[in-house]
Amino acid sequence: MVVYLDHAAGSPMPASIRGAYLAALEHVGNPSSIHSAGQAARGMLEGARERIAATLGVDAVEVVLTGGGTEAVNLGVKGLFWQRQAGAAGDRAVAPDAAPDAAPARADRPRPRILMPRAEHHATLDAVEWLAAHEGAQLRWLEVDEVGALRLDDFEAALAEGAGPVDVALLTMLAANNEVGTLQPVAEAAALAAAHGVPVHVDAIAAYGQVPLAPLPAGVSAVSLSAHKLGGPVGVGALVLRRGADVVPLLHGGSQQRGRSGTMDAAGAAAFAAASDEAHAAIAERAARKAQLRDRLAAGILAALPQVELRGAAGRAAAARAAGRVAEADAWAARALPGTLHLTVPGAEGDSLLMLLDLAGFAVSTGSACQAGVPEPSHVLLAMGLHEQAARGALRVSLGPETTEADVDALLAALPDAVARATSAGLAARTPTLGR
Amino acid sequence: MSGGVDSAVAAARAVDAGHDVVGVHLALSRMPGTLRTGSRGCCTIEDSLDARRAADLLGIPFYVWDFSERFRADVVDDFISEYAAGRTPNPCMRCNERIKFAAVLEKALALGFDAVVTGHYAHIVTDEHGNRELHRASDEAKDQSYVLGVLTTEQLAHAMFPLGTTPSKAVVRAEAAARGLTVAQKPDSHDICFIPDGDTRGWLAGRIEPEQGSIVDRAGTPVGTHDGATSFTVGQRRGLNLGVPGPDGRPRFVLEVRPRTNEVVVGPKEALAIRELAGARISWAGLDPVASGLTRVTAEGDAWAPFPCEVQVRAHADPVAATARLAPTTTPDGEPDGRATELVVEVDEPLFGVAPGQTAVLYSGTRVLGQCTIDRTVSAVPATAS
Repeated sequence: MVVYLDHAAGSPMPASIRGAYLAALEHVGNPSSIHSAGQAARGMLEGARERIAATLGVDAVEVVLTGGGTEAVNLGVKGLFWQRQAGAAGDRAVAPDAAPDAAPARADRPRPRILMPRAEHHATLDAVEWLAAHEGAQLRWLEVDEVGALRLDDFEAALAEGAGPVDVALLTMLAANNEVGTLQPVAEAAALAAAHGVPVHVDAIAAYGQVPLAPLPAGVSAVSLSAHKLGGPVGVGALVLRRGADVVPLLHGGSQQRGRSGTMDAAGAAAFAAASDEAHAAIAERAARKAQLRDRLAAGILAALPQVELRGAAGRAAAARAAGRVAEADAWAARALPGTLHLTVPGAEGDSLLMLLDLAGFAVSTGSACQAGVPEPSHVLLAMGLHEQAARGALRVSLGPETTEADVDALLAALPDAVARATSAGLAARTPTLGR
Repeated sequence: MSGGVDSAVAAARAVDAGHDVVGVHLALSRMPGTLRTGSRGCCTIEDSLDARRAADLLGIPFYVWDFSERFRADVVDDFISEYAAGRTPNPCMRCNERIKFAAVLEKALALGFDAVVTGHYAHIVTDEHGNRELHRASDEAKDQSYVLGVLTTEQLAHAMFPLGTTPSKAVVRAEAAARGLTVAQKPDSHDICFIPDGDTRGWLAGRIEPEQGSIVDRAGTPVGTHDGATSFTVGQRRGLNLGVPGPDGRPRFVLEVRPRTNEVVVGPKEALAIRELAGARISWAGLDPVASGLTRVTAEGDAWAPFPCEVQVRAHADPVAATARLAPTTTPDGEPDGRATELVVEVDEPLFGVAPGQTAVLYSGTRVLGQCTIDRTVSAVPATAS
């Protein structure tokens, strides 16, 4: 019996969503076909698009369905960047509610600078680094604070550098950090960006369905979403592209959607909408329930394993709560995803912890990206100021709608042994004593 | 599990034997390269995927353990510095000694495992007293006991080699196919895994600063120049570019590399023959020769009496009959210098192309006794003879 506590990587599809998905799969027809079967599929697809749009308070036309979150991020980041360069076709990349006298409507000059916080997801990091390597983009890293939140002062400083905001192509940022769960100051950053006519792409994949995101802040031009983080199917996502903000497409073909070619996945959209409806119908209750379980887990860890450090805003909340500082704890908790707890174990490798817990029946994550399954010290933790050694012992526990108190207590019971063994195994770089 | 057929079948046999088995693939490079067909290195993404798939088919959990830092320090950097010192190391041996049966085994023991199982062709025998002995594999053509000769008693106690008694590699491939393992026909790897194109000289050239120096004969007379002493190996004939032939008109070979003076010593082929080799970095795989009753401590207490054995100096060399003894290291005048004890091996018939840095593994029949890293050799032909 596996206790699944890796919902941030992918949340299992509940029976209700599976039912909706299967029912949708029975529909025949390509949504772009003219005949009645196509029209029926199109109807289902557009209904789904409207429901997804409603969760963010945007219009259906602003939802571009994609083949998953990474495609959405790539379309948002690359599409906006290209759109902002001189000679790009189309109108404007700035959100409609930006300052009216801000950026000119048409790209009339190169805007090479991309502003990106250091703790972004790899989908964004790698897309931007590719633009820098191949498309002449100039990357300006933005610093994050010790809980992993974008430092607005650094963003403001970056806007003023060089020729000023006029040569900034875009700001891209997370809504919530996928590893440590810290919510980002999207509204504040977007307001600053809008004042200078700089479009903003928000990767909301970790946050969507966990915390309310509507209404989208003024100045946000594009928002990336993914279905499988909330119990929808893998390979289904969306880029919310505000009316008036155009992108140069990644995929060329039948022009089925605004900025995206490719046959539309009606059943996938229906399942995505079902999952997003379910997540949003009771978003406050679900969040409160997860937060309570997360706090139980955090308190249990702090009590049993004092050497363990809880990271991010949720970690600060737990420490304040343990010290009886309720107001401070609540303030930190308001800046955290409800279901994510991130911790580091000094002197242990995260992959040792993960393996031991896996063999004991718990699915958790180290939180960081893998190259051929090789765990690397998390760039998020390094950006938060951790040293490489401290960053190696990372573990991310992420709760889902069906996680129970018994699940959390079982993990609390298993954790001390795993921590003890992983600590005794030590860091991979240490000198072994076996042998001659 | 490297991603090859041997470790996959070894894992399968360990599962069949009733052990609680977890598959581990070692990430030994931070830059595992890209997908490519027919990859021969041990660090590529494709190999990692093959290992994962084999574990999946065997129904065992699978994890990647990152030992890239240790591998770089203990194997790659060691390989470079050994060459820079004019020695010829065996990186696979070093990896067994420092990574697979040290760093990996130690981590496994700490995490609660009992042993490391590998697909090496070697055989562990337990004698009537429970002592473990390392022996050659049944398939002599595939035998890998030489590269395991560095293992100590403690390491052997936690090692398992399920392929050791298999009659041939063909049997292993057939078994892999019968088990449905997709790697059944995957080609063997031959090269040094961190030099995937096999060009060791080219790889080293980018890492050791070459410096022009002299090529000298055995008398010390300059006979030519070279572009870097460390790019030569003892026994090498090609690439000397001496222009003029030797005094006797016969080809000349590299006899010695002297990195300190940046000299390469050349001479006739027969001068490559050595009659004695010795080294002070010694280990015994199981009971040492005294405890095994093969020899005795001398009356002085600081040496072992000579004992018969066989010695092998390369992974694919034939063993030769020899007499070994343990003796204090000496000054050039033959007096004990009080610094160390070395293993001295006299061969019954001359060995060719033996370089410092190579490992001399001692055998008694099929049994691996132990090994030393060769520090010095004694030529079978006195320098004055040529």
